[in-house]
Amino acid sequence: MGYTITEKILLKHTKAKDIYPGQFINAKVDICLANDITAPLAIEEFGKLGVKKVFDKKKIVLVPDHFTPAKDMKSANQCKIMANFARQYEIKNYFEVGRMGIEHALLPEMGLVLPGDLIIGADSHTCTYGALGAFSTGVGSTDFAICMITGECWLKVPESMKIEFFGRLNKWVGGKDLILHTIGDIGVDGARYMAMEFYGETIENLPMDDRFSMCNMAIEAGAKSGIIAPDKITMRYIKAIRKGLRPGIGKFYSSAHDAKYAYTKEYDARKIEPLVSCPNLPSNVKRVRELKEVYIDQVVIGSCTNGRISDLQLAAKVLRGKKVNSRVRMIVIPATQGIYLEAVKEGLSKLFVEAGGVFSTPTCGPCLGGHMGILAEGETAISTTNRNFIGRMGHPGSRVYLSNPAVAAASAIKGRIAHPDEVM
Amino acid sequence: MTYKGKARKFGDNINTDEIIPARYLITTDPRELAAHCMEDADKDFAKKVKPGDIIVGGRNFGCGSSREHAPLAIKASAISLVIAESFARIFFRNSINIGLPIVESAGAAKRIRNKDNLRIDMERGIIRNLTRKESYRFEKYPPFMRKIIRAGGLINSIKKRLKLKA
Repeated sequence: MGYTITEKILLKHTKAKDIYPGQFINAKVDICLANDITAPLAIEEFGKLGVKKVFDKKKIVLVPDHFTPAKDMKSANQCKIMANFARQYEIKNYFEVGRMGIEHALLPEMGLVLPGDLIIGADSHTCTYGALGAFSTGVGSTDFAICMITGECWLKVPESMKIEFFGRLNKWVGGKDLILHTIGDIGVDGARYMAMEFYGETIENLPMDDRFSMCNMAIEAGAKSGIIAPDKITMRYIKAIRKGLRPGIGKFYSSAHDAKYAYTKEYDARKIEPLVSCPNLPSNVKRVRELKEVYIDQVVIGSCTNGRISDLQLAAKVLRGKKVNSRVRMIVIPATQGIYLEAVKEGLSKLFVEAGGVFSTPTCGPCLGGHMGILAEGETAISTTNRNFIGRMGHPGSRVYLSNPAVAAASAIKGRIAHPDEVM
Repeated sequence: MTYKGKARKFGDNINTDEIIPARYLITTDPRELAAHCMEDADKDFAKKVKPGDIIVGGRNFGCGSSREHAPLAIKASAISLVIAESFARIFFRNSINIGLPIVESAGAAKRIRNKDNLRIDMERGIIRNLTRKESYRFEKYPPFMRKIIRAGGLINSIKKRLKLKA
């Protein structure tokens, strides 16, 4: 029996001779990361062990992205703890405000993630890097603390599930809709503990940014990781990174033809329309056409799911020459400084501002109800982010709908959930 | 090890945003976190909860973010144990790592009602419902995890390992 891509990567990172689902391993990591929420707790734990140095100054990444630029004194203090630690232990990959980005958009852009890597992060959306053919998974602060010392993390080898998409994508449908469709079908625990492997002709033709959106939300189906076997599109992406912070192009793995899967799913992409995930679970998925009565107060375009340049380009395409509805606040947040600059160069920032929107510095901000657009009681938002749990973007009595950037932009114009075809 | 306490019942998919909303993640102080524990699922929980109480959830308990503040807030609320039909994986590993006892039992999660008196025998893998005079079984942890739990969490377990090497 052959191995899945996930098993191959895990095997390469342990001393074990063989690998099988359910096995416990201590895996060597290529990169470990944390942010301004999870790092301070890890630094406290790290302190308890009285260790003088970290396992590798280049393999630790610290990004202040959640409550930054610091929203208040307490969050400023959390950031200070992280910045001081980075200085004291000479962490090479600490990205200060003004040079940072939302971690899961920033790391690939900086060339810190390569195909075949094993990456752990004290952030649940660490699964994003599966888009590059890496095994990556979210862990807690204590895991991160231990990893900074040992360079290892304990893992239970996951079962894999295979999700195949075939057929051409419909207009206005992207990676976000494919993953919402999947979560809507299998549920928020449908892939619990598993590695979700996306594959098929639709995926082979899917641009990198869409692949990031898909693997990013694997966690919303309960998965340990999402992964797409690296191919020509991956190669082009890796080669285009000008200031890669790591040498080489990584290692391209793929699943054996006789690899074993817990289960497989097949979806016809031609049947998938733009989708929206309704409150209060990502699995509560409906077609945009069913939701035209839902009036909104706020639109958020950004996040580690959909804050990349092609997401902003798509939103701009819908908004060009139009105005944000007078009852609506639209907040556009490029995911990294690099994307911000690119948006300025392409005139997208001007377009968003002229349409009556906010163009913000990179931050996770509103996605988790942190800052930069908190909802009041009774308010409703449509957002390109990844979660719509109770109180996710503010008051427990507010509501969040999740969509792709084109639907969010069309909704900003109409003041209610709208299909891009209605405004184009 | 046995635990005794009153059940505090919750539904399916209790997520980390409900356990400890992100607006309170500007601190790592367990007492401050405990003051807002379960706030978006039950806003008076912190006032009602008594030391030793047992949280009983449904499917996929602890889904969502990786915040270790979630099991920490529960532990600092003096909750002795969490029982659920199933746990989300990051919450599960965080609980093991910080030494918060958790038990997976579909039978228990379905049958137990709010405020039932429970006694849990960890060695034998049995939950006794003293109110309803019922028992439910659960699978004990695999040896790999038992080692971490016995050491009192991952930090202590690594402490031992590093000292052995030195």
